Amino acid sequence: MGQMHTRMKLAGIAALAAMAALFAPVSAGAQDAAAPVAVQATAPDAALVDAVTDAANVEVGAYTPMAPTKGKGMPTDPRSDEPGAMAKSLTFQDQYTDNGEYALGMHDYILLPVITVISLFVLGLLLYVIVRFNRGANPVASKTTHNTMIEVVWTIVPVIILVVIAVPSITLLARQYETPPADAVTIKATGYQWYWGYTYPDHGEIEVISNMLPDEEAVRRGEPAQLAVDNRMVVPAGVPLRIQTTATDVIHAFAVPSLWFKMDAVPGRLNEKLLTIKEPGVYYGQCSELCGSRHAYMPIAIEALPADEFAAWVQSQGGSMPGAEETPAAEPEQVALLTAR
Amino acid sequence: MATTAEGFDVHGDHAHDAHDHADHKPGFFARWFMSTNHKDIGTMYLIFAIIAGIVGGAISGIMRVELAEPGIQYLQWWAQFMGGANDINTALHMWNVFITAHGLIMVFFMVMPAMIGGFGNWFVPLMIGAPDMAFPRMNNVSFWLTVAGFFSLLFSLFVPGGSGPGAGTGWTVYAPLSTSGSVGPAVDFAIFSLHLSGAGSILGATNFITTIFNMRAPGMTLHKMPLFVWSVLVTAFLLLLALPVLAAAITMLLTDRNFGTTFFDPAGGGDPVLYQHLFWFFGHPEVYIMILPGFGMISQIVATFSRKPVFGYLGMAYAMVAIGVVGFIVWAHHMYTVGLDVNTKMYFTAATMVIAVPTGVKIFSWIATMWGGSLQFKSPMVWALGFIFLFTVGGVTGVVLANGGIDDNLHDTYYVVAHFHYVLSMGAVFSMFAGFYYWFPKMSGRMHSEFLSHLHFWTFFIGVNVIFFPQHFLGMQGMPRRYPDYTEAYTFWHQISTYGYYIMAGSMLFFFVNILYALFAGKKAEANPWGEGATTLEWTLPSPPPYHQFETLPVITDSMDYHDHRPASA
Repeated sequence: MGQMHTRMKLAGIAALAAMAALFAPVSAGAQDAAAPVAVQATAPDAALVDAVTDAANVEVGAYTPMAPTKGKGMPTDPRSDEPGAMAKSLTFQDQYTDNGEYALGMHDYILLPVITVISLFVLGLLLYVIVRFNRGANPVASKTTHNTMIEVVWTIVPVIILVVIAVPSITLLARQYETPPADAVTIKATGYQWYWGYTYPDHGEIEVISNMLPDEEAVRRGEPAQLAVDNRMVVPAGVPLRIQTTATDVIHAFAVPSLWFKMDAVPGRLNEKLLTIKEPGVYYGQCSELCGSRHAYMPIAIEALPADEFAAWVQSQGGSMPGAEETPAAEPEQVALLTAR
Repeated sequence: MATTAEGFDVHGDHAHDAHDHADHKPGFFARWFMSTNHKDIGTMYLIFAIIAGIVGGAISGIMRVELAEPGIQYLQWWAQFMGGANDINTALHMWNVFITAHGLIMVFFMVMPAMIGGFGNWFVPLMIGAPDMAFPRMNNVSFWLTVAGFFSLLFSLFVPGGSGPGAGTGWTVYAPLSTSGSVGPAVDFAIFSLHLSGAGSILGATNFITTIFNMRAPGMTLHKMPLFVWSVLVTAFLLLLALPVLAAAITMLLTDRNFGTTFFDPAGGGDPVLYQHLFWFFGHPEVYIMILPGFGMISQIVATFSRKPVFGYLGMAYAMVAIGVVGFIVWAHHMYTVGLDVNTKMYFTAATMVIAVPTGVKIFSWIATMWGGSLQFKSPMVWALGFIFLFTVGGVTGVVLANGGIDDNLHDTYYVVAHFHYVLSMGAVFSMFAGFYYWFPKMSGRMHSEFLSHLHFWTFFIGVNVIFFPQHFLGMQGMPRRYPDYTEAYTFWHQISTYGYYIMAGSMLFFFVNILYALFAGKKAEANPWGEGATTLEWTLPSPPPYHQFETLPVITDSMDYHDHRPASA
């Protein structure tokens, strides 16, 4: 079951397999452990119909890039007329991963209040001594030079505050370093001067070369200039991704602010980290390690798709879903047979 | 050694003696090019730092003007001006050259020469009652090595460095961008510049350590030293221990570049991340090197203008020692995203946060020094107050960044830029202006204008806050560092930031006018222009001090504490 469950998450629901489940229930047993079929067998009927409808709409090679949502996965322009734009521009982008939400919560509810209070406390003390102990108000200075009690207090209290910060901080680190499950979708991001390459070793070694779009073209497509790319890194939403980074020339860094994700791409090293994007969307990022003259012009655009659309995208790229090659349903003859029914 | 009370009697008319036989200054060339006098060398360091500061500040102006709106506006013009080709890649390379030069100049040729070379040279011997530094000729070598380093860096701007002239590696000179990624001699000259100034700093550090350990006035125990001297002592140890590591790292860069070694090249079994470990093992102590002398100056100034001894003197001294020690074991917080393992990241998170404790001790001790004092808001004091607040703001954002998990988002964004400019361009620079206004009458013998100094303070305070506070917002929104161009959404706060630069730059006019005013029209400064709160030995000498001072050593008697070193008659 573990394997089946995983495969469901893996979006092994190739459109054709879904059809197989609906139109040829008998074949479910006949096919030798075709996981997608088993998945469909456990799904409620309504969902099944939906999946099929979607699958029917998404023909092979019919992938169209998703339109980005304003204010999601990109910085907010304080001058724009969307409500609260100014306030949004003062803080982090909205987060679309569990760890990102945790980190954002830690910043908003612990770090920011603590550092604000400390800064205001120091400012308040300074203003107080300026008013209370200026030469006019206090012509004769005291000769106090130490007070052990207060010195101990202002050593211990910061220690306590730091311990309070350290607990969620260490927890956050532990969460960020969770090992990706064995069946996580692997995507390797390679930094080049000055573009990104994404390979999908689990999907027939698809390779996507991602260059920044010229400003006019980005605007024409309704995307933010300098963040938009010609070919996005397309991933399934809601499933664990094993993101690997490396580089071939100099160090780059793969960074996406709205996913709280940043990992250097270092020549000779392969860095790896778990990433689970909660919902479909377009999430923009930029290279974040100085890599030469066009450092500012190698943005990152991740397009997270529902599982079935991701599968369609994989096919449009000439790739294959893991396990698909062992699925007879993927054979052209069978497709013809099934559609005929 | 004149350890008797007689020493003091002679000291009483020392000033007159000095003018008779101690003030024979050598001719111009011998005095300024073969100098062995700590005050002359200190003056040269300060002038040098001001010149370097003008260059570095002008470069930041070029950058801020470029960043006022998205798109590339002026870089192509600058590329051609610097002798590069008229194409976009050269223009973009120029940007990297500017960020590199700005960083290197401000760190190695502005802050360090001013703090340690300038104020350290001038006032460490004066404050410990020594006639000069321990190794006066080596002192001169240190200075001229620094100058040579500056010229090497400037030279690098005019030779090929990849897609255009100059070194475009960032001040961190990360491999492999600085090795296989930058063809041409520019990076070699930039590295050589670090070698030269680094050697100068190591010599300077040994000089300070020897001076402070061996040349204190009779009776001045370590625990009676002024805190500024403590700060320079700790700084000198940091320099001595950290700079050789940098020297090794950049030498390996040179051999990787030119002699076929592969220390940082995975193709030959090396590792680019090794360079970062070595660099930051130096680089993190370096940031304390830049701020500790500032801590020392602020302590002197706050005590002087509160007319109170520094609160918790021992705590203050050993907080600096603690900061120095802990500063050596937190380096990898600059490398949270390189792919450290989880335990390493947890350790560096915890260790980094520890630094906040001694830093907090210092902030609170300064406030406690003022508490119950009789505060006078002369120019050095307003800069010191500005320092305490702004350094706190820069410090608390450091606590945010210390968290490895939070840094995953903020690393290499404008939040980091804002953070380190709050602690450096507001922390270190405010302390330097505080120190400058504090000691300028002593060094020049002329009083500056309090009005212009206050005007300088308020305009500068507003300017730098307008520059750097909005950069926190940009960083949280995801704006990466070292970008000449950006997406439309970042325009607003970048524009505000650039306006702040104009205010700051205008503010600097008041500073220069003030210096000129003081030198040409300022009234003569008394030996102690700051009143009864100024109790360290430099105020017992005339302003300016004689060319050679303390020919008979002052004596710190048992009845004197760490605070008051004035002879009873004064």
